[in-house]
Amino acid sequence: MANPTDAEAGAGLAGDRTEATSDLYRFKKRVTNLNKWSKLLWSLVRAVLLIGMCFVILYPILLKVSASFKSMEDLTNPAVMWIPEHASWSNYKLAMNVMDYFTAIRNSITLSLVTTVLQTFSCALAGYAFAKLKFKGMNVLFAGVILTILVPPQTILVPSYINFKSFDLFGLFHLIAGHGINLLDTYWPFILPAITGNALKSGLFIYIFRQFFRGISKEIEEAAFVDGAGVFKSFRSIMLPNAIPAMVTVMLFAFVWQWNDSYFSSNFLPSMNTLTTATQALPYKVNVMLNQTASNVDPFYASMLVDTGLLLSIFPLILMYLFVQRYFVESIDRTGLVG
Amino acid sequence: MMRLAKRSFQQRKALTGMLFLTPWVLGFLFFFLVPIIDSIRYSFNDLKASDNGYTLTFEGWSNYRQALYVDANFTRNLTSVVTDMIVNVPLIIIFSLFIAVLLNQKFLGRSLTRAIFFLPVILASGVIASINNAGFMQQILNASMASGDPSGGTVNGFLQSIELKGMLLDIGVTESIVNYLTGAVDRIYEIISQSGVQIIIFLAGLQSISPSLYEASRIEGATGYEAFWKITFPMVSPLILTNLVYSIIDSFLNNKVTQQINSIAFQTLDFGLSSAMAWVYFSLIVVILAISVFLVSRKVFYHD
Repeated sequence: MANPTDAEAGAGLAGDRTEATSDLYRFKKRVTNLNKWSKLLWSLVRAVLLIGMCFVILYPILLKVSASFKSMEDLTNPAVMWIPEHASWSNYKLAMNVMDYFTAIRNSITLSLVTTVLQTFSCALAGYAFAKLKFKGMNVLFAGVILTILVPPQTILVPSYINFKSFDLFGLFHLIAGHGINLLDTYWPFILPAITGNALKSGLFIYIFRQFFRGISKEIEEAAFVDGAGVFKSFRSIMLPNAIPAMVTVMLFAFVWQWNDSYFSSNFLPSMNTLTTATQALPYKVNVMLNQTASNVDPFYASMLVDTGLLLSIFPLILMYLFVQRYFVESIDRTGLVG
Repeated sequence: MMRLAKRSFQQRKALTGMLFLTPWVLGFLFFFLVPIIDSIRYSFNDLKASDNGYTLTFEGWSNYRQALYVDANFTRNLTSVVTDMIVNVPLIIIFSLFIAVLLNQKFLGRSLTRAIFFLPVILASGVIASINNAGFMQQILNASMASGDPSGGTVNGFLQSIELKGMLLDIGVTESIVNYLTGAVDRIYEIISQSGVQIIIFLAGLQSISPSLYEASRIEGATGYEAFWKITFPMVSPLILTNLVYSIIDSFLNNKVTQQINSIAFQTLDFGLSSAMAWVYFSLIVVILAISVFLVSRKVFYHD
């Protein structure tokens, strides 16, 4: 803004200047105008692009929300597109019944919370050691972390399954009970790896923590050591409070991935009802339920119930995301995801 | 004296490091290394489950032969999964870099937009993917309203790229490239929902580029386009490598092959064959990762 006014004032002062300078002035003005226009155009294009893509992301969710409130009449009513005329909670009630929602949500929350907390702590510990407490042979161990990231879970699922089916620690349980303990359908197959930092995606979390702790300057830590703090104390009172952004990221990811995991939970918890297994079984169960009352199942109605159930299963996640989102979105630049 | 104190301090640090890593090492041994060695053993054996544990009978390479030559679906699934990966990963990386650059600019409602774009990170998973398949009611409705062609098959069947295709062909772009691009537009939902984590990583990288670089380039008269290729792109190129590795691993996590491995283990109860398949699968992933990392890492620019 400053340049044109200056130039104008200058032009006014000089009165009749030479042709060349006024040409230059006009040219400059045109360029700034052009810049302004291209900027405006760019922000318009950007807005259209971003709004369009936000719509693409939100569309399936909005669709399900709208479907979940519809009743049978709304389904057949061609005038109803988005907002149902006879909105009701009946779909929710039915879906909750079919899924045994409250048991499922309790199981899911317990499982995800426990593993998240344990995993965050154990991965922070390991990540800190990898970043700051160097010793010989550490690189070999870190290669092990990378290996846990690379190996697909399918490779170790079968042996882990057999292992947890008759779990044994150094043949100890064999001595006492004569056979291993069956840990399937308990939380232990998730808790034990979580405590030791080898649960779902733990390698990635250790990597994130390592990158983050490497970024914390040596001086802060050394100041603590000079003041007489031990390694433990500096970890607890200097490093962990500083690592809150990384911890939020890791906790969010750990919680969400555990919550959404159907692979391990369907194998290790075959008869426990978690939200993911309930959701997976939902289409089948809805069909069975509808078959009991009617001779032929209306596919529209069935899929409406399934959609409602799916919404119910992601609802806790969305609720949590609404609270954490601000912190998460603002803090990614400090999480040390980037070395 | 001073040196001695320093050394013992270093030693104490190393000791604490070992202490901190003990839980992880124990877990690594019990929950990763032992299963992985077991898995290799199973793949060469025929595993019969019995009342107290299981019995193994050595079979040599027969499980691998079964997986590669006899099983009708395994190799076909493998090739289709790899082709999908090769098609999708470049798109995901270009798309997420583009979105990260957009989301890094200042505009009204930026945090809301960011929140929406990270939503797929929360929701993308096997179960949610099955949501979109299950939303078949809407597909039928869409088809009955005669908007676009009913074979579109996806939830976003409303997003068709017929006009785009005609335009590009008129300009004279090769047909295979046009098909690739329009295919990408048609699968925009799939690509957006797979690129959440990549956007986060790129965004974090963009935010760590010092603004003084851009300022200097502006004073020198660089356009935004030049600034992107001369500053932004080289500075985020290490993250392109990171994202490449992440996307490749992510694309191999849940697909037809993993489903097959799983069903052979727990429905057919042929643990040996399942382990052999898992190992073929894993070695294929390692080879693909090694090739792509080798190709890309030569182009990566490191600032320091």
